[in-house]
Order: sequence, then C-alpha cells, then structure tokens
Amino acid sequence: MQLTNRAKKLEKKPMTLAERAYLPAIFQGLSITMRHFFMKKATVRYPEEVRPFSNTFRGLHVLKRDEQGRERCTACGLCAVACPAEAITMVAGERKKGEEGLYREEKYAISYEINMLRCIFCGLCEEACPKAAVYLQPDKMAPPRYERDEFIYGKDRLVEPVSPDERSVRGIQLTADQATTLRGKLQQA
Amino acid sequence: MELPALGWQSIVIFVVFALSLLIATYCTYAERVIAAFLQDRVGPDRAGPYGLAQPLADAVKMFTKEEFFPGGANKALFVFGPCLAMITALMSSAVIPFGNIMNFGNNLFFLQGIEVNIGMLWVFGVVSLGVYGVMIGGWASNNKFSLLGAIRAASQNISYELAMGMALIAVLMISGTLSLREITLQQSAAGEWHVWNIVKQPLGFIIFLVCAFAETNRTPFDLPECETELVGGYHTEYSSMKLGLYLFSEYVNIFVVSAVMSVLYFGGFNFPFQYELRDWFVSNQGWELASAQNLITLLGTVGLFLKIFAFIFFFMWIRWTLPRFRYDQLMRLGWTILIPLAVFNIILTGGLILFGVI
Repeated sequence: MQLTNRAKKLEKKPMTLAERAYLPAIFQGLSITMRHFFMKKATVRYPEEVRPFSNTFRGLHVLKRDEQGRERCTACGLCAVACPAEAITMVAGERKKGEEGLYREEKYAISYEINMLRCIFCGLCEEACPKAAVYLQPDKMAPPRYERDEFIYGKDRLVEPVSPDERSVRGIQLTADQATTLRGKLQQA
Repeated sequence: MELPALGWQSIVIFVVFALSLLIATYCTYAERVIAAFLQDRVGPDRAGPYGLAQPLADAVKMFTKEEFFPGGANKALFVFGPCLAMITALMSSAVIPFGNIMNFGNNLFFLQGIEVNIGMLWVFGVVSLGVYGVMIGGWASNNKFSLLGAIRAASQNISYELAMGMALIAVLMISGTLSLREITLQQSAAGEWHVWNIVKQPLGFIIFLVCAFAETNRTPFDLPECETELVGGYHTEYSSMKLGLYLFSEYVNIFVVSAVMSVLYFGGFNFPFQYELRDWFVSNQGWELASAQNLITLLGTVGLFLKIFAFIFFFMWIRWTLPRFRYDQLMRLGWTILIPLAVFNIILTGGLILFGVI
C-alpha cells in the first residue's frame, strides 16, 4: 500500500571487500576522533569563566528605591495578582510621621516575600508594577541553598541597598535577630 | 652470604615495577584527558596544575571507600582475584629489555629485569595466567552477572591467545630465538639499514595488535565488563581498592603489552642512526667508547618509552572511537578470521624465508 509518493526504496547491497575488511572503516573512525582531539573545546570553565547572559535574561528580583533613596513599593499587590506561580506575598502598612525619607507613598510593604522555589522568572510582576519597584536583574541569579526556607526572600534580601556597592554582599540569610524583628513587625501589622 | 638475586638486577626489577605502577597511575589520568579531548571536553583539570594530582585524588577515594563482601562469597578467593590480576600484570614486565648495555668501569649492566632466553614464553605464560584473576574474581563474587562476565573473559582470552601465539610464531621464525633482548638486537645492525620487524611482518603485527586489545580487555573487546548487559561484569561486586586493583592491572597490562609490541615489531630500544651517532661522539667529540655507548643506551631507553607511550595513546584512541563487539561477532572474528590469517601468515613467512626474501 502506497500512502505517499515520497517513499524511498531501500536496497541492501552486498558489502564491498573494503567494507568487509573492516579496517578502512576503523581508520576512518580514528581520523574523525583525531580531528576532534585538536578541535576547540566547547566547555566554559565556570568559576573562572562566566558565560555572558543573554539580553533578555531575567534573574533575581530586586525592589528598587527612587532617586532619593525611598522605597518605591506601595504594597498595591498587583505583582502578587499578576504572578502566575503565586510566589509573591506581602503585608501592607501605613507610613508614620517621620518616615517620609524611607517610603515614597503613604502605603508601604511591611513585609514582601518572594518564594524563589515557586518563581518562574516570567517577569509578569515587573510588568504589572505601576511604580517600577520590582525589577528582575539581568545579571544575577538566585544562588543555590541547602534549605528550602532559605529560598523565601524577604525585604532584607530584595530591597536595593542604599549604596550600589553593597549589592554583591546581598543574598545572605537572615540572622536570628533580623528574623525576630521582622516577625515582630508582622505581628504588629 | 651473597644472594645473586640481590644485585644490580633486583634494583632494575624494582625500578621496572615502580615505573610500571607509575605509568599505569598516569594512564588513568591520560585516559580521562584523552577521552575528554576526543569528545571535545576538557577533562580533569581541577586537582593540581592541569589536574596532575588527579590520580592521587582517585587513589584516596578508592582507599577510603567501604570494603564490601557480598554474602555467600568465598572471601579468600574474593581477595585473591584482584591480587592475582595485579601480580600477573606486573610479573611480565620483568623480562622486557628497556635498554641496551650500560658500562660502568668495565662492569656491564643490562637495563632489563631478567635476561632469559625464554623471555617470550615467560610473557605469554604469565599473561595467560592473568585470566585466572578475572575468572576467580567473577566466580568468588557469587553473582550470576559477574560469573557471566568472567566466562566471557575466559573464552575471549583463550580464543585470542591462540591467534596471538600464532602471530608470534612468524616472528620467532624470522628471529630464531625467544629472548626478547636478542629479538631487539636483531632489528639493528651496525653500518646497515635497520629493518624493524613491522616491515617483515605487517600482517602478523595487525593480528598481534588486535589480539593485544582482546588480551587487555580493552574496547572493542571489553566484553568482560559491560554495564548494559552485565551490570558491571566480573567486577560487579567489587568495591574500594579491590576494584581499584582490577582497573589498575588493566593499565599495567596495557603498558606491558605496548612494551612487548614495541620490542617485537618496532625495534625496541633501537633508533635510526644510533651507531653512526655513537661513532660520531667517539671520533669527532673524543668521547670514550663506553660513555658514548651509555649515552646511546639512555637515548634508546627514552626512544623505547616514546614508542610505548605512542601505543598507550593508540589504545586509548581506539577505545574512544570504536563500539564494543557483540559476543558472537567477537568469537567469529577470533576463530574464523584471525586464526586462519595467522596460519596463513606463518605459511607466508615460511615461504619467504625458504626463498630467501627475508
């Protein structure tokens, strides 16, 4: 039965003497592998040599500050709504008197957490944010950790430091003190 | 009391043993590097400069792994298997002439473990003992897969040893001696064109080479160890340094077989124009004949090792090029192709000798 006219007729020809002698084929194979011996290696030696990220790379989140060093985030929750993986949770609070230098609007995020195990780095939070606060860095990945709870990034690890030089030190785990302080703030709210 | 065995020769033997072990150690490193290069990878380069401390790291890993004895295994034989594999691999290196004569104040020393006129027989006897290491290991493990691997190893080694021996007979017909040193010296003559045995025995060499691959259980003849069919082969149940010894003895075997091939077919420690070079040192540089000969001997030893390393590289090159044979293909190649070819080679050589061609 012929279904298409693209069928190829296969013929099993008897092997020639050179093919049966086996050795020519071996030498051909040897020459191929020898060529590969001198080829340029495709390996990137990772710790010393880092492959450049692509232009569209979306990495670890950061919560930006404005020009005056105030947090831009107003805890509107649009990022959490936009997040298809439901990785973002936040608790909103009201700015008190004297905190004008810290937060840009009257409403701010007391806590802001992103679960990096759930996050799919789609960038929808970045698109949803009306205040241009959440931003996926193009050059930084979420580093590996040993414990699952270390992947829940709080404000201490997300908010952009005042000095940009401190950025490389970020990504540290909460100390016990920081954790209790944060927990206290959460209970107040 | 003076024991004749504790003289110069014993030092040479120890040096040869140490050297075989060292070379085998770095064969493991070379194997990984060559495999990586042939596959466009980088290979081990983390431990030490260029990864040169990698064998040390491997050894530490091997020694610190758990020693495991399978239930129902014959413990004595289980330990004896890898030991035997290692002993036989090392023993055969004793008769290989690694260099010509050294001359120190009228004392002549051979750079060879033992000079015996049955050197070739010794190598073959010991090499054929090597299959017991694999066989005992597979049997003592009390594991069906190991036993299957061991049986395959035994039948493979026996069938290829036949062809190997017959390929060798043609060499012996030319040389008329079993002494490896004699065979080496015959491949050079002062003032004449040197003809290595490879020129006289191309077919025999190819047969010998193929059989050498089978004897050392290297790809494409590595049927005794076959992860896809036999879990791991004859050393499935082995762990820690006992497994290490098995793998290590394979590399010692490669070294020995490469040395034997260099000696039998590639002129051993001879290199072109060695006598002319010696005479040039004597007549033009005013050296004494003895010291000039010593220099030539050392150069020859270096040359032999270069030949050996070339063969070792070839072994690894083949390993990362060719796929494994199927068992029936292996047997067909051994019995219906190599043995008839070897017999044909003997007859051909006999004819050529009869008509005075070689």
